[in-house]
Amino acid sequence: MELVVKELGVARGGVRVLEGLSFVLGAGQALILRGPNGSGKTTLLRVLAGLQPSVAGRISVSRDSVAYASHADGIKGQLSVAENLHFWARLHAERDITRALEAFDLRALQDRLAGALSAGQKRRLGLARLMVTGRPLWLLDEPTVSLDSEAVALFGAAIEAHLQRGGMAVIATHIDLGLTSARVLDVTPFRARRPVGDAFDEAFL
Amino acid sequence: MIALLMRDLRLAVRAGGGFGLGLAFFLIVVALVPFSVGPETALLARIAPGVLWLGALLACLLSLDRILALDWEDGSLDLLATAPIPLEGIVSVKALAHWITTALPLVIAAPVLGVLLSLPAQGYLWLIVSLLVGTPALSVIGTFGAALTVGIKRGGLLLSLLVLPLYVPVLIFGAEVARRGAEGQAVQVHLLLLGAITCGAMALLPFASAAVLRVNLR
Amino acid sequence: MASIWEYANPRKFLETSDRVLPWLAALAGVALVVGLVWGFFFTPDDYRQGSTVKIIYLHVPSALIAINGWLMMLVASLIWLIRRHHVSALAARAAAPIGATMTVIALLTGAIWGQPMWGTWWAWDPRLTSFLILFLFYLGYIALWAAVEDDDTAADLTSILCLVGSVFAVLSRYAVNFWNQGLHQGASLSMDKADNVANVFYLPLLVCMAAFVLLFLALVLLRTQTEIRARRMRALLARERMS
Repeated sequence: MELVVKELGVARGGVRVLEGLSFVLGAGQALILRGPNGSGKTTLLRVLAGLQPSVAGRISVSRDSVAYASHADGIKGQLSVAENLHFWARLHAERDITRALEAFDLRALQDRLAGALSAGQKRRLGLARLMVTGRPLWLLDEPTVSLDSEAVALFGAAIEAHLQRGGMAVIATHIDLGLTSARVLDVTPFRARRPVGDAFDEAFL
Repeated sequence: MIALLMRDLRLAVRAGGGFGLGLAFFLIVVALVPFSVGPETALLARIAPGVLWLGALLACLLSLDRILALDWEDGSLDLLATAPIPLEGIVSVKALAHWITTALPLVIAAPVLGVLLSLPAQGYLWLIVSLLVGTPALSVIGTFGAALTVGIKRGGLLLSLLVLPLYVPVLIFGAEVARRGAEGQAVQVHLLLLGAITCGAMALLPFASAAVLRVNLR
Repeated sequence: MASIWEYANPRKFLETSDRVLPWLAALAGVALVVGLVWGFFFTPDDYRQGSTVKIIYLHVPSALIAINGWLMMLVASLIWLIRRHHVSALAARAAAPIGATMTVIALLTGAIWGQPMWGTWWAWDPRLTSFLILFLFYLGYIALWAAVEDDDTAADLTSILCLVGSVFAVLSRYAVNFWNQGLHQGASLSMDKADNVANVFYLPLLVCMAAFVLLFLALVLLRTQTEIRARRMRALLARERMS
């Protein structure tokens, strides 16, 4: 399986932010997105996840093969760690959550209410969710926020393992995750150009 | 889908407010009615079906913004939208969970409150039937309203403004069935029409709710 | 032949409506003056209703616009949902306050007419109730437009609300019929029995209805222009932020 993005254009709030973006990602590969704040990394990931329509170009991957993780983890504080994971696992027709618990060192916390976790522990739980979706393409938006260096290492290892099994990952981050095979894509050159002239079209731009 | 339903039910139970608040509100509204119109039994008996229906409707309305807003705030909605279940299914399950946690307790409590308003004995059966048939429509329509206002901060008031006009047909037929039941008249026509509205709403509105939710998520 | 969708381009729309608008406004003004003066001063008093009947020249046209204004919003919303022409969404937005105002006028004039005729300002008659509900739908629609910040999102949400609302408005209309048989007379005007209302009243009423339609069109064009310019301004601000 392969992710092919061709001449993609994405818009945020009706304004184009990126255009002419093309890349190919094969099985077992990871792509790190770089670029200043507001350059459209989050928007690009949401488009790839199928949450938002693109304004131009093609994406080869179907939305059934992506797992998306954003700033918000979607964790319910009134449920325990294990219950949170079980829910996402069952939603994706998976059964086993022990592998995810172990990979993010959540074994000891599994019966604790998620509301009682620290920010970093919550983040780990949010990332563990990716492993129970059983989906090949992970789309990660600043996944290392509020993680300590130890947890970052755990996370890096989890991604490596995922890639080993033929998975893929697109990650927007500024931290070095220790991924040996990852390519870096700077989105700055693809920033959308301002429309010139005074004429305006249907979109008023 | 069952996983989602179980999760929502569990959350409603653990969060506390789920069952309790709507029921308490229903009780208070009904208890306030005699204070405002007087304790005369004949009058109370006459208006009881309508008051009970209106009270149940308002109690339903109170909890609508919780259907989607909580999942929106913590990002679950984004993740649910990328899950294998289509969004139409998700909003249907959400409406079902709302019905079970909010409307069903109201239906069960309604006859008890009917005693407070001296509802005639023959009215209880049709009161329960009309609420059972009508409240699913309230939940489904309410989910549509919740989906419309999910991205708006403090959208609660707007939600009421949008949803209440949509509730009019359900209220008219539901209260009419309960009233006719209490007065011993035939109820079939109105009950069938109420059922038709509920079926229609359950069949079609999830598509509108899902479309609206997709717009709000992007 | 040029396609009608050409006018969905904001620029083209502004150019064309700039040319049409003065004529339309003048025509609406003339028709309004002629219709109302004719209706108020040059028709005989009704033998039963006396001079109160003359409020019909405001009541019926405003009710006509109240309903057809919503219909126009429905069509515009559908065009936006299907063809994604921004002007269409903005036209629907522009029409809503006008429709709401017309609904209020219809309700008020109806109350003023009802007082001497039925002895009450308000009755829960199916027609009156339906108009009240229609007014609530207008309010909700306008409030939703105002509450959503992103223009495209607001256009999508309000369009779907308009669609769903239309279905429920029709449902409500028939529901209230079941609920209460009313006082209101049946429709006074219809194609097959124009003799319902005598010709002396009928002709000025037609002029008034035409005048209200023209007035509505002129106001919608004007307000759509305003919306387009406001939208263009926001787009320019967004463009500034891009660089």
